Order: sequence, then structure tokens, then C-alpha cells
Amino acid sequence: MRKRYDEQLQNLHAALIRMGEMIEGAILSAVSALQAHDVESARTIIAGDAEIDQQERLVEGLCMKLLLSQQPVAGDLRRISAALKVITDMERIGDHATDISELTLMLDGAPGMGAGDLRAMADKTCDMLRMSLAAFVAEDVDGARAVIDMDDEVDALFLRVKGDIIEAIRSGRNCGEEAADLLMAAKYFERIGDHATNIAEWAVYAATGLRGDEI
Amino acid sequence: MTTKFSVQHMDLHYGAFHALKDVNLNIRAHEITAFIGPSGCGKSTLLRSLNRMNDLVEDCRITGDIRLDGEDIYAPGTDVNMLRKRVGMVFQKPNPFPMSVYDNVAYGPRTHGVKKRAALDAIVEKSLRDAAIWDEVKDRLHRSALGLSGGQQQRLCIARALAAQPEVILMDEPTSALDPISTGRIEDLAMELKRDYTIVMVTHNMQQATRVSDSTVFFLLGEIIESGKTEAIFSRPQDKRTEAYITGRFG
Repeated sequence: MRKRYDEQLQNLHAALIRMGEMIEGAILSAVSALQAHDVESARTIIAGDAEIDQQERLVEGLCMKLLLSQQPVAGDLRRISAALKVITDMERIGDHATDISELTLMLDGAPGMGAGDLRAMADKTCDMLRMSLAAFVAEDVDGARAVIDMDDEVDALFLRVKGDIIEAIRSGRNCGEEAADLLMAAKYFERIGDHATNIAEWAVYAATGLRGDEI
Repeated sequence: MTTKFSVQHMDLHYGAFHALKDVNLNIRAHEITAFIGPSGCGKSTLLRSLNRMNDLVEDCRITGDIRLDGEDIYAPGTDVNMLRKRVGMVFQKPNPFPMSVYDNVAYGPRTHGVKKRAALDAIVEKSLRDAAIWDEVKDRLHRSALGLSGGQQQRLCIARALAAQPEVILMDEPTSALDPISTGRIEDLAMELKRDYTIVMVTHNMQQATRVSDSTVFFLLGEIIESGKTEAIFSRPQDKRTEAYITGRFG
């Protein structure tokens, strides 16, 4: 029963996963471009943000159509309303990949500090994004909670990068501008972790109806 | 909120058919309670037990306890006419009597002994006003009610129920035969009426239940599966069967 409805919900999930893949690619490319000071690649990422925004509108349209045509209630309503919230966080993650690429354009060359930890932050936040979306689609509460716990690891990496940068400044190297840019890049990754955490919280809501402190 | 109806361990059989099984439910005063569930689940049967309409059904046997304001309505010696005066009913299909608008509304009060013209006029006007149909019929009170539209006829039937000055109004799918505009009017009306009355409504329309009711009771195969605040039932149902029914995946 409600075959068409279930198909529409599956299409919504597929569109969300597709948007997640696009953003994951942008994050990983952004950190590679930053580390290698690959200006061309950074420009491609910036231009690609429009496609992510387009995918956001596509998901939004699917949600609106489902709300209008199926008048969802209970778990269906939670899933669709949560999807509308999730894409806002995803779109912000995409913006941060662009922000990081813009920093690459401003740097004079490959950064000399915090590089390993920035890569680790990119990998970790991509894992969080992928896992949170998988949890959303599969209504996997444990998987979503694991993502929420991972945010502490991202925060710890941010503090380490910050420590490295402070150390570099203290050492008297002439690196003030680079240090400021890299601290911003680290902050963007830290924010990506926060957005992925939000997505995981929406996944818990979609599956259970629990919100905020109830999770 | 005080409890208007209290149903405890109620079972109902139609002959050998066990139509309601160990029903336990409190219906709160000045709320709209929606009964939902697939056809044949027992929701109309319970509704009709609340003013003993099932007494008219042959082979109907009821055990357990149904109390209105704490009084057992199935106790020996209960005045069933008085019960039905306190607990009025509106049916799925508008069923005005083949008489004038005025006489339709005055029918109940006349039966209960109101004879004076002025008193009847006052009751008829108040009932028609409360049923949000006065402005549409005030100039045609003495013409046949059968000339009204379906939506007007249903509001007339609500006015007829109100004229008996009931405490509870039972509505059995009151809008299923009406167009969306008339449906909206009846829903608005129900929400107005709950200030003065307690309303119990059987509906097959999930959106209607979410729009108008305060509490929702889900029935399946003669049992209450889940009941609670409408918002909770339609956003976070606790039972998988409730979720499957309200999202249209069975029933």
C-alpha cells in the first residue's frame, strides 16, 4: 500500500545521499588544494558550490511536494521535516568547503604548520557527514549517536591545530598571515563537525521523535 | 480537565461476534476526542454505546462499565431518554426530518414538554445560532429543511441536537458526505462548541482528526491500540500499528 508514496520517500533519501557525496568530495578536495596550494583545484571547488545549492533546491522541492501531496504524519512527517532541516546544515558545510578554498587562494604557498591535523579534521568530518546521512536514511539511532560522540574528536583536533599555530607564532617565524588563515581553516572544519552533529541529531529525531536534550 | 465519560473493562458482543474487547478509556470534558481506525474496528460501536443506541440492536450484549459524570449509564432503572437528551448524536448522512427548519429544531424540546411559543422561538434561534446556520435560514424557518444544501442540513442536524441542551455530542463521520467548504464549517463549529459541550467524533479523515481533535483514540479489531493527545499520536505514535494506519500503510 502507498507504493508511490514510498517511492517518493526513497527518491528523497537518494537525493540527500547524492548531496552528501557532492559535499564530501568538496571537503576532501578543499583540504588537498589547501595543502598542495593547488589554486586551480580551489577555483573548481568554489565554482562547484552552485551545484550543491542546486541539489539543495531539488531536495527542498521533493520535500515540499511530499508535504503537499501526501500530507504526511508521524514518522513520515518527521523524516520529511527533518530532511528540510538537514539540507540547511549540508548547504552550510558546502559553503565552508568554499571558504577553505578561498583561503587557499589567499595563501602564498603550501602551509608550513598544522597540515597533518587539518587533513585529519577533513577525514573525520567527512566520516561524520557520511555516517550521519547513512543513519538518517537507515533510521539508525546508534549510528547517529556515534556521530554525535565523534564531534569531541574534531574539537580536540581543532585545539591541537590551534596549539601548533600558537607555537609557530611564538617561535618568531614570520608567519602571522598564514597562521591567521590556517586557524580560520581549522575553525571551518570544526564548524563542519558541528553541522554533521546537527544532521545526526535530526536523524535521531526522524527515527524516534526525540529532540535536543532528550537524545 | 474533568472526565466526562469513563469506560472500564467494557466488552460488547453482537451475537457471537466480539465487537469490542476490554475497552478502557476516559473521555475528557470540553475536549474533542477523535475515534479513528479501519472500517469494522469498533469505533462507531463504542460511540453508539455512549448513549445506548446499541440497545436498539438485536443480540447486542454489553458487559463492563460506562459512566457519565460518574453514573453508570447501563445501571438498571437508567432513563434512556434522559441519557440521550444529555448525549446527543449527529450522523454521517444529514437526516433532517421532512418538516420545516423550525420544526426540526423544535422537535426535541416539544417532545420534552416545551409548549410555549416564545420559549420554543428562543431555543430554535439559539440552537441555530450556535450551529452557525442562523443567518442562512432565518428568513426561511418555515420552509422545508429538505431544500437546504447538504452542509446546511448537517448544521441543522447539529442545531437539532443542541436544542435538547445536551452535555455531550457524538458525531459519527459528520463530514464524510460534505464538500470541503461545508466540512470546514462543521470543523470550525465543532471547535466552537467544545467550550460548552464535550464532543466525540468518529472520522476516517486523518487530517480532520489532526485539525480538530484534542485527543485521539486508535481502534483495531475491537481493541483500543493507543490513545492520547492528538499531537503526540500523529507525531510520535508509540505503537507500530498506529503508525502504519495513520500513515496509510494499512487499513
